[in-house]
Amino acid sequence: MIAVFFSYFALASIAAAVLTVALKNPVHCGLALLVLLLHVSGLFILLNAEFLWAVQVVVYAGAILVLYLFVLMLLNLKTDERYFHSTYLYFLGPAALGSLYVLYLLVKSPYAGAKGTAPAVAILQDGDTAAVGIKMFSDYLLQFEIVGVFLLGAIIGAIVLAKTPKPIDAGKTDA
Amino acid sequence: MIPLAAYVAVSAILFLTGLLGVLIRRNFIIVLMSVEIMLNAANINLVAFSHYLESMAGQLVALFIIAIAAGEAAVGLAIIIVVFRGKLSTNVDEMNLLKW
Repeated sequence: MIAVFFSYFALASIAAAVLTVALKNPVHCGLALLVLLLHVSGLFILLNAEFLWAVQVVVYAGAILVLYLFVLMLLNLKTDERYFHSTYLYFLGPAALGSLYVLYLLVKSPYAGAKGTAPAVAILQDGDTAAVGIKMFSDYLLQFEIVGVFLLGAIIGAIVLAKTPKPIDAGKTDA
Repeated sequence: MIPLAAYVAVSAILFLTGLLGVLIRRNFIIVLMSVEIMLNAANINLVAFSHYLESMAGQLVALFIIAIAAGEAAVGLAIIIVVFRGKLSTNVDEMNLLKW
């Protein structure tokens, strides 16, 4: 049963990724990206990461993607006739060869490693959210605070960039 | 039980698709979306290894990656809006003001 779900989520997310890269209309690309994000969140469920599933749906599909669609509709882009880079055919051959080689190496690898301290049974006892919270606010507290400061900086940077067009235009006409 | 190699293969395919998108698309917004595909591929990898190696570290790093992706999207889209005001285009080939 898990194999069925895994193959569905994996194939659907790969198809959605290819559509995101290949579709012509940017809004359609955004919707394909939404499909990709939701199916990736399904993969998280199969890996016992319910908290990341929720974060993926709320933050990625709910906030980041809506931001993309907002900007797309704000700019009102027309579809370019030549929407691929002019030399994209040169990239396709090496990309196919490289991906085949990478896949061969990945499937061949043994993937052994030292086991950590959080087996699936221990996580399922209190739930994934409790496990993530305890780990985050004990061992990863400094990184958590750094991410908070980083997000504040990103907010301020985005506001400063998107505000006050007049000085930019004045500088442009002088130059 | 799904083997770990299957998750890694899915993640590799998604990453290469995103990389191809960054290289061949000309619309700046689609390039940013391809970067999001690559970040998602990295997240799948991290969560899969976190599950199979029984450690919580992978999930936490994936969580931080999602936060960084939110900041990246906000700043990147603000840059797109500023450039669009001056050029009325989001074509990456026309953004060569800083080119040496």
